[in-house]
Amino acid sequence: MKIHEFQGKELFRQAGVPVLEGIVATTPEEAVAAYDKLGGAIAVVKSQIHAGGRGKGTIQDNPAQKGVVVCKNADEVKAAAAGLLGKTLVTIQTGPEGKTVNQIYVEAGCDIARELYLGIVLDRASSKPVLMASTEGGVEIEKVAEETPELIFKEHFDPAIGLEGFQVRKLCKKLGISGAAAKAAARFMPAICRFFVDYDCSLTEINPLVITGDDQMIALDSKVTFDSNALFRHKNLLELRDLSEEEPSEVRASESGLSYVKLDGNIGCLVNGAGLAMSTMDIIKYHGGEPANFLDVGGGANATQVTEAFRILLSDPNCKGVLVNIFGGIARCTTIAAALIEASQTVGFTVPLVVRLEGTEVEEGRKMLAESDVDIISATDITDAAKKIVAAVG
Amino acid sequence: MVANFRNHDAQRITPHFLVYDSNMSILVDSNTKVICQGITGNAGTFHSLGCKEYGTQMVGGVTPGKGGQDVEGIPVFDTVEEAVDRTGADATMIFVPPPFTADAILEAVDAGIKVIAAITEGVPVLDMVRVYEKVRASGSVLIGPNCPGLITPGACKIGIMPGYIHNPGKVGVMSRSGTLTYEAVWQTSNLGLGQSTCVGLGGDPIVGTSFIDLLARYQEDPQTEAILMIGEIGGSAEEEAAAFAKANVTKPVAAFIAGRTAPPGKRMGHAGAIISGGKGTAEEKVAALEDAGIVVAPTPADMGDAVVKAMAKHGA
Repeated sequence: MKIHEFQGKELFRQAGVPVLEGIVATTPEEAVAAYDKLGGAIAVVKSQIHAGGRGKGTIQDNPAQKGVVVCKNADEVKAAAAGLLGKTLVTIQTGPEGKTVNQIYVEAGCDIARELYLGIVLDRASSKPVLMASTEGGVEIEKVAEETPELIFKEHFDPAIGLEGFQVRKLCKKLGISGAAAKAAARFMPAICRFFVDYDCSLTEINPLVITGDDQMIALDSKVTFDSNALFRHKNLLELRDLSEEEPSEVRASESGLSYVKLDGNIGCLVNGAGLAMSTMDIIKYHGGEPANFLDVGGGANATQVTEAFRILLSDPNCKGVLVNIFGGIARCTTIAAALIEASQTVGFTVPLVVRLEGTEVEEGRKMLAESDVDIISATDITDAAKKIVAAVG
Repeated sequence: MVANFRNHDAQRITPHFLVYDSNMSILVDSNTKVICQGITGNAGTFHSLGCKEYGTQMVGGVTPGKGGQDVEGIPVFDTVEEAVDRTGADATMIFVPPPFTADAILEAVDAGIKVIAAITEGVPVLDMVRVYEKVRASGSVLIGPNCPGLITPGACKIGIMPGYIHNPGKVGVMSRSGTLTYEAVWQTSNLGLGQSTCVGLGGDPIVGTSFIDLLARYQEDPQTEAILMIGEIGGSAEEEAAAFAKANVTKPVAAFIAGRTAPPGKRMGHAGAIISGGKGTAEEKVAALEDAGIVVAPTPADMGDAVVKAMAKHGA
């Protein structure tokens, strides 16, 4: 689950990770009021969307308008707010369709001496969280990783212990931080690692992390993603979810316990298991079709879920046919067959339906489908299924 | 060999899987005694009975507070320690809900269980960080979490895979995905190759056992004549396995990578299946595998064929 920059910073503040004062606004008037309340001369107006690259991103129909604006007076704040709110911001991470800016964050300015990068992720190879820091702050870290990987410094840590003091000193040495700034780092770095662990994050990224003229270390940005599997122990975080940032059909799917990702093609896919669902997409494409989605109905799929899955697939106007590919393990073919029959009655199939069933209780499942009046094209294996659905959508 | 037996009337006809038995497999065989943690839940009960029906020695189950009950004849214990003391169990499959899975794994390790298959999906990843080191240090083998389990066909099934698609045979199958494994097994069965041991590693970012761990075991196993590795986008486990195989494995290896058409930045169901920062793409993985001399199936329908090709290439 992703959250906004301002939400991440509020959590940082509570965790003792230094951030600047800031206020959220949804209208230009609120933005000006926020600017006045902050009281400084310089303020930064920042678009709040769930995507990175906002500083370099531009408004779709106004390329002169950047997603982050440094303002020196109330008029500039008002103009920036008006230029961003309700508009579509396109960044390298949003895709060409962009994202609507519904909120902006008006933040106090500060005296920046250095811009660094800091990120914490799980390192799968070592099965531990890793703190990454770089002298190359404020730019795309992917680019740094590609072109100058030697400028990214890493320290793994045990979540139960956190980042050790010597690890901070190693990082400071490599980053060229000393004196009062190193003391600030000795507080900042362990605190952000503790934050990552305490909130079960899958990503905590600060770009840029700044050192101010008076040697403070401050998180000038926040990008926080939580491990969805751990939200059961962080119920308070659920209210931070912004559904307007998510694809409506994906939200609907997750509410039914389905794993769904919308894509651009015209062949709807209903598959059990993520790996099989991915390969079903692959083989559709291999035979000249385009998948409309990734959809994993999961292990314990029941009739309600499968019916909902069909509703979601068929509500996509691009969907010209559906391929059902089930290899029953936990999910029994009879469950899927019963759900298919029920869905045909409640949802109604308006497009061709190719069904391939195999696995637990397959004979009974096939029999149920054959005896029902659901209009299906049955397939014997995965290639047959892919060819038939590609032919059916023409 | 089986046919020869059948030509001699005096020879008792042997079910063909027994020809392969007695420890010629990896991790589990017909002597393995299995318990189920979470046996009284719906999935735990259903699959414990399924494993028992397949022929697995299901010797017990564990549900705290339900010790003394039984699940259709399988005794239920309060703790894993008690179950091990009373039954001699050396393997477990875990079906407990995600918040309690890490604890269940550690309980199994503590009780000295050698093979632990965690089927549960949705375990917090930091829980697995905590568990991983302890399991590795203990010498127990953890498969999963978020996996279908493992099976030595004809001898021992621990998990949720449909048993009937498997045949005892020569291919070691290992995979990050459940149902895609079934697809591969189905293909190798239809080609008459059969499987030595099939292991579902699990789709999470941190799993107890890696491709490399199993490559080493398959290389040592006399029954395994070829290895099929089924990977997916995300992480670098396939690249690491390719490098390991190149240096250490002399048996034919075939592979498939799921997610060639998956867009970057979108998580494809599995927590681990995501291309991020341009890393973990199918292209990179396929290139690494092919560089190691591994035959890569172009589509999921060609996994069995890829094994045949890999074996032919080795002159096997």
